[in-house]
Amino acid sequence: MSADSGVLTPALALDSRQVREDFPILKQKVYGRPLVYLDSAATSQKPRVVIEAFDRYYSSENSNVHRGIHYLSEKATTNYEAARVKVKRFLNAASEREIIFVRGTTEGINLVMQCYGRRRLQAGDEVLISAMEHHSNIVPWQMLCEETGARLRVAPINDRGELLLEEFEKLLTERTRLVSVAHVSNALGTINPVRRIIRLSHRRDAAVLIDGAQAAPHLKIDVQELDSDFYVFSGHKLYGPTGIGVLYGKSRLLEAMPPYQGGGDMISSVTFEKTIYNQIPYKFEAGTPHVAGAIGLGVAIDYLTSIGQEAIAAYEQDLLTYATEALSRIPGIRLIGTAREKAGVVSFVLEGVHAHDLGTVLDQQGIAIRTGHHCAQPVMQRFGVPATARLSLALYNTREDIDALVAGIHKARQVFA
Amino acid sequence: MSDLRQLYQEVILDHNKRPRNFSKLEAANRSAEGYNPLCGDKVAVYLQIENDRVKDISFQGSGCAISTASASLMTASLKGKTIAEAETLFDGFHRMLTGQSYPDLGKLAVFSGVSAFPVRVKCATLAWHTLQAALKKKRDPVSTE
Repeated sequence: MSADSGVLTPALALDSRQVREDFPILKQKVYGRPLVYLDSAATSQKPRVVIEAFDRYYSSENSNVHRGIHYLSEKATTNYEAARVKVKRFLNAASEREIIFVRGTTEGINLVMQCYGRRRLQAGDEVLISAMEHHSNIVPWQMLCEETGARLRVAPINDRGELLLEEFEKLLTERTRLVSVAHVSNALGTINPVRRIIRLSHRRDAAVLIDGAQAAPHLKIDVQELDSDFYVFSGHKLYGPTGIGVLYGKSRLLEAMPPYQGGGDMISSVTFEKTIYNQIPYKFEAGTPHVAGAIGLGVAIDYLTSIGQEAIAAYEQDLLTYATEALSRIPGIRLIGTAREKAGVVSFVLEGVHAHDLGTVLDQQGIAIRTGHHCAQPVMQRFGVPATARLSLALYNTREDIDALVAGIHKARQVFA
Repeated sequence: MSDLRQLYQEVILDHNKRPRNFSKLEAANRSAEGYNPLCGDKVAVYLQIENDRVKDISFQGSGCAISTASASLMTASLKGKTIAEAETLFDGFHRMLTGQSYPDLGKLAVFSGVSAFPVRVKCATLAWHTLQAALKKKRDPVSTE
């Protein structure tokens, strides 16, 4: 399981049966039916290597990091920092100093809001987001605007669920200080043209945060090539543990930012008169971090890269096309989100069957999908639906999973006929 | 699957498709709106109360089959009942949904299957909680805008 052989597996070389063997949870039955897990955009399942990493860490390595001079502490520190290097390579960051471990995407966005936004924004300034954002990329900016008197602007989307770039460009002005958009929409699956978004924003001297929660499991990310100022993602959607995530930030920006929380590890020296803060990234990692989580995330990244991100992307695209076509053939289905560039997600509503009822009927057949507003209520309002059903894909899903879902939807149509 | 049939009984499916008393009650003297953020269900309950008795009741809104049927059957069960009787009925209904012993609930017993689906209890009680909110309000006439 080499982390970065540099050789990517040829497209479609992914062996899903082999992959499924790596995920113990997929072997179970639910209500006597084989589990069909189509809710990976909420959280992905974990491969055995990640689960075992926890066992190994707590069985033989557990200690606090950056503190002790004893054997275990050194070992824990080495492995924790090795995980940071793995993340650095995964994102192609310029330096591991630019990788900050946080609890997840939400905390990463909030950190930027607190430490960058509060310093840089004042009354009259603007924050620009898109109409397809998750609540976690809306609410922090509303809080910031309320505090600073800045204004939140929202770039609209079309009926396919694609960002209207011309409108976005019009909303970019000399008042725009910060732009924050999803790389991939959790509710619609749309892949946003983030490179262009970043270029356009930089022309206006606005910093850009990319919410990569839904992109990291599906797309190859290169923060230097994107020229993204901040990039955030969660470990648990990337086959890693919950409670660990990453904020990438350009070192120049991170160095100029005040600390996030005060405490241990984020200081160089403390007296009652004056405290000197630590260097980045430690300045932003107060307190004992989630050492096991970071190590587990590193193992998840190793797992992903050993299979090959291009192979995963090709396999998932094929499955997405298969699912989209299969669902489109069901009478009464309306797809919500039909962007030309999509990843991992199919949202839909079924005439005569509320999403919540559909979710229950499917659940009884062992099929797990998400129903509701997907923490993106403005997206639901945009499409005039109270809720949608959403299937989301991961590398362990198969065409059989989609076939089971389609059969389940037909069953629901019978119940509510 | 038997749990599923128990949940979506014919009466429930019927009330979902053809909800009774589904309108805005012009003569209402109490009303309230309810919202279930989990699934986006919305309901408005309209009451015409005279001498502590439900003279008329109606509802409007959108939601899943359980919440729509529950609102529909609630309005059908409460017409002519006193406020005290309505509250007793809700108490019994809630006991049934949460798997406790419950009194005779008439038609409302079709919701007994919901107790096997804890995440759906809120769907079945949304209209009832909204009713309670409406009953607690003063006798303000319902504004028409």
